Amino acid sequence: MKKYPYVILGCSVAAVAAIEGIRSEDREGRILVVGEEPCRAYGRPLISYYLLGETDLARMDYRPEEFYEEHGADLRLGVRAEAVDPKRKTVTFSDGEKIGYGKLLVATGSRPFDPPIEGIERVKERFSFMTKADALALEKVLSPEKRVLIVGAGLIGLKCFEGIAARVKSAAVVDLADRILPSVLDHTGAEMVQKALEARGAAFYLADAVAKFDGNTAYLKSGKELPFDLLVTAVGVRPNAELVKEAGGEVRRGIAADACGRTSLPDIYAAGDCAESFDAVSGENRVLALLPNANMQGCIAGINMAGGKAKFENAVAFNSIGFFGTHVMTAGVYEGEAYTEHTERSYKALFYKEGVLKGFILINLPERAGIYLKLLRERIPLSEVDFTALKTSPAWSAFPPAVRKRNFAAEV
Amino acid sequence: MKRIYVNEQWCLGCHLCEYECAYANSGIAGMVRALKGKAIHPRLRVEDAGDVHFAVNCRHCTDPVCIKSCISGALTKGKDGVVRIDRQKCVGCLTCVLVCPYGAVLSSPEGHAAMKCQLCTDNGRDMPNCVKYCPNGAIVYEEREAAR
Repeated sequence: MKKYPYVILGCSVAAVAAIEGIRSEDREGRILVVGEEPCRAYGRPLISYYLLGETDLARMDYRPEEFYEEHGADLRLGVRAEAVDPKRKTVTFSDGEKIGYGKLLVATGSRPFDPPIEGIERVKERFSFMTKADALALEKVLSPEKRVLIVGAGLIGLKCFEGIAARVKSAAVVDLADRILPSVLDHTGAEMVQKALEARGAAFYLADAVAKFDGNTAYLKSGKELPFDLLVTAVGVRPNAELVKEAGGEVRRGIAADACGRTSLPDIYAAGDCAESFDAVSGENRVLALLPNANMQGCIAGINMAGGKAKFENAVAFNSIGFFGTHVMTAGVYEGEAYTEHTERSYKALFYKEGVLKGFILINLPERAGIYLKLLRERIPLSEVDFTALKTSPAWSAFPPAVRKRNFAAEV
Repeated sequence: MKRIYVNEQWCLGCHLCEYECAYANSGIAGMVRALKGKAIHPRLRVEDAGDVHFAVNCRHCTDPVCIKSCISGALTKGKDGVVRIDRQKCVGCLTCVLVCPYGAVLSSPEGHAAMKCQLCTDNGRDMPNCVKYCPNGAIVYEEREAAR
């Protein structure tokens, strides 16, 4: 039986970051990366940009082809891990091979949740929108006479709409919530983005749901009937946590992992969309299924796997996303007092409570937004900055001179 | 590595560095021809707040959060320590703008890709143009250590 000092299950962003983390501590120990998808890591959120024609398959690679060899990582793609034995420290793969590990990282990501709707299994042209393969399959059937039904007005469903809008006849979007992007926007923000999407042909059915499908007709709870040719379901994801659960590890909403990335099983780590993070703003363990979070968590896990010491202590939810030129940035939670600015083209809402910034929404106001995210991630007491000035304009002049000196007159 | 550092006490807020940056990255010979009558889009910016003035460039952080957050792998740190953006790979999602604690990654006017200071390693200059022409030494290009 072959044995690797490091085995990584999954070949996406958390895996790449873990390779980098491992190599920052250990130049030698060989790494095996096992990916179920038959391709190297790519920027998963790029699939909508691919359909829009704003990137292509080659440019979607998250790291250059030579990255893996340069970092001493062997790739086995198109192979699935079937079982982990934490006592013997082995993984069994779908091709029957068993491999030993010194340290194991589970970075298996998440999969789309299939909504249990009557008749859905008889819908012929049904798609998810998570992977390169999903985008390529959808692309094959796009044509100017097709009517598309998207179930789910979250980030994935609406990015899918943006990607295909110009390539189909019509698109309807149904969501149970009474506004679009309910997990990241308040009503004011959601209305603004909804208008931008409607201007590109999206028809929204909100506070509604598909009660059942009959062939190519969706019957909504409200009684409306929607005929369609293609169905895209985007109602959320489920972490791929079974391997750890079946091996006896703790799984809550995702694989339970501490700030070092360690699971409850010895020498087994978890990172990315399959794992929980401690959300520094909400103070809860949550699955933060966001690409930057996967990278940060993966890197920390890699460092610790290789014997280094690092902790991930400022995980927060944040998103930066555009829809037809309307740009949306969000972060944290929307609790406490709010400072808002609203114009026809832009919207700013800063939420603060107990003397710290808790969350924000910035629509078409990307300039220097990172200064707000810094306040939030580092939980900087607002009493230590000129928050009145910061409300209208994020700037370093609102920080004390000594802090500026540390950041601009020294290495960071 | 050499980085750009700010001597805040010597900055008058003349904004010449912004013009020098825009010029260096314009690809046009002659500063007047490159900039006169045009909206400029420098990769650094001068903050002015009362008597306080200082330039903000990319800090080329040791552990850059922009690289970790980039959804397309367009941002990289070279062996020389310079954080660069591959504008062909960038799709303009602006996650880097959202995470940069310095507000030093900027959206570019055409919207498709973000832009940032690359220490003039990408435009044929022998050193950062902003530093070279700062009349007061309010920004310098040198080796320094992290503050203790």
